[in-house]
Amino acid sequence: MPTVSMTVNGRAVTGDVEGRTLLVQFLREQLALTGTHIGCDTSQCGACVVHVDGQSVKSCTLLALQADGSEVTTIEGLAASNGDLHPMQEAFREHHGLQCGFCTPGMVMSAVDLLNKNPNPDEGEIREWLEGNICRCTGYHNIVKAIQSAAENMRG
Amino acid sequence: MYNFNHHRPGSVDAAAAALSSADDGKILAGGMTLLPTLKQRLANPSDLVDLGGIADLKGIREDGGSLIVGAMTTHAAVADDATVKAKIPALAALAEGIGDAQVRNCGTIGGSVANNDPAADYPAALVGLDATVHTNKRQIAADDFFTGMFETALDEGEIITAVAFPIPEKAGYAKFANPASRYAIVGVMVAKGPAGTRVAVTGAGPSVFRLGDAESALSGGISADAVSGVSVAADGLNSDLHASSEYRANLVSVMLRRAAAAAAG
Ligand SMILES: Cc1cc2nc3c(=O)[nH]c(=O)nc-3n(C[C@H](O)[C@H](O)[C@H](O)COP(=O)(O)OP(=O)(O)OC[C@H]3O[C@@H](n4cnc5c(N)ncnc54)[C@H](O)[C@@H]3O)c2cc1C
Ligand code: FES
Ligand code: FES
Repeated sequence: MPTVSMTVNGRAVTGDVEGRTLLVQFLREQLALTGTHIGCDTSQCGACVVHVDGQSVKSCTLLALQADGSEVTTIEGLAASNGDLHPMQEAFREHHGLQCGFCTPGMVMSAVDLLNKNPNPDEGEIREWLEGNICRCTGYHNIVKAIQSAAENMRG
Repeated sequence: MYNFNHHRPGSVDAAAAALSSADDGKILAGGMTLLPTLKQRLANPSDLVDLGGIADLKGIREDGGSLIVGAMTTHAAVADDATVKAKIPALAALAEGIGDAQVRNCGTIGGSVANNDPAADYPAALVGLDATVHTNKRQIAADDFFTGMFETALDEGEIITAVAFPIPEKAGYAKFANPASRYAIVGVMVAKGPAGTRVAVTGAGPSVFRLGDAESALSGGISADAVSGVSVAADGLNSDLHASSEYRANLVSVMLRRAAAAAAG
């Protein structure tokens, strides 16, 4: 069986995988990092978004072996080690940017990537960026508000 | 998904060797089309040869009046590239309009072109801008490359290494996107380049095609007005749950005018 090695949330990890093992399976089933969700499994919904080398990707449509040697960040890697939430997580809580929470890990990871690239997005840019993240509950308004507020706080 | 052997060669030659020694090898680029296909068990390759480890295939450079885009350059990289934005802004805008941010972070120009989905955006860019596809064996003009629905001039195991786009004087792209996937229901590229004015249409037919009537109408100068009388027949256009062939025919006229207006600046 092939071996895969990567850094996940700052920790070096290694595991035996099959060629067909998806990154999301490796994260959830072998590393027990179940914060990354599987919604559609067909690269439509964005529940599985994580960062690979600083870029947001759908981990249901990437082989674990494609991420060999990469730096991976999942929702579990955002909060500080003392438990303080990342400003994006805090903003989702503050602005009621979630209801059932299923889409939330992917929404947050996607939104963090947006602010890395564009620290001051307008509402239209936020909505366009969320094209690949589907939420069945909130109607998106509070998610957009949360991201606008996080952007303000993170710009300081 | 059935299992397969995964290879991650460090050079194009090593990739070609891995493909030729495999029983039924397939190239893996961004995986945005191939992995969903494998999940549905529509294909069962023995080996996947992953081009992700070949540094030579990534990146964009300007060379003798052309932009050379490496096959493994992602849509996001094309959309964000300062040289592309300065020299062929219509190409950057086209890449920016593909799918969603995460698809653009993984999907590659080589994968899109090799797949030749009838609703893909890049085929319109390659044909409209008179690009050349570079492979590990030869160079193929865009006009000869896209041969039919999901079909190209590539031989078995042939690897696209780059796409060369001559820098045009003017170019504009307009698409009517499927609201769910962003694939083109109809997309039109209008460009005035070294080889004259070209108009390429994607999404409407089984494969990208040029619109001769529009090219003649624009030969005296590019504007939306110049193509206001150009229309196409619905016969032979795609018809599916997203749009009938008549609707697509109408969209060709509308997108043509928008693309001409964008190219006119
Ligand atoms: C949700 C979603 C929305 C999308 N929306 C759009 C859209 O709006 N517009 C659009 O144009 N596309 C869209 N796509 C498709 C996307 O652009 C893909 O990135 C593209 O079609 C395939 O590129 P890839 O790099 O992922 O290739 P892969 O999936 O890895 O490969 C695709 C095919 O090309 C072959 N191949 C790959 N690279 C090479 C090479 N260098 N040489 C020879 N053969 C090669 C593979 O063997 C395979 O058969 C969408 C995809 C998804 C999942
Ligand atoms: S589970 Fe990956 S996009 Fe839906
Ligand atoms: S909060 Fe339920 S899917 Fe988004």
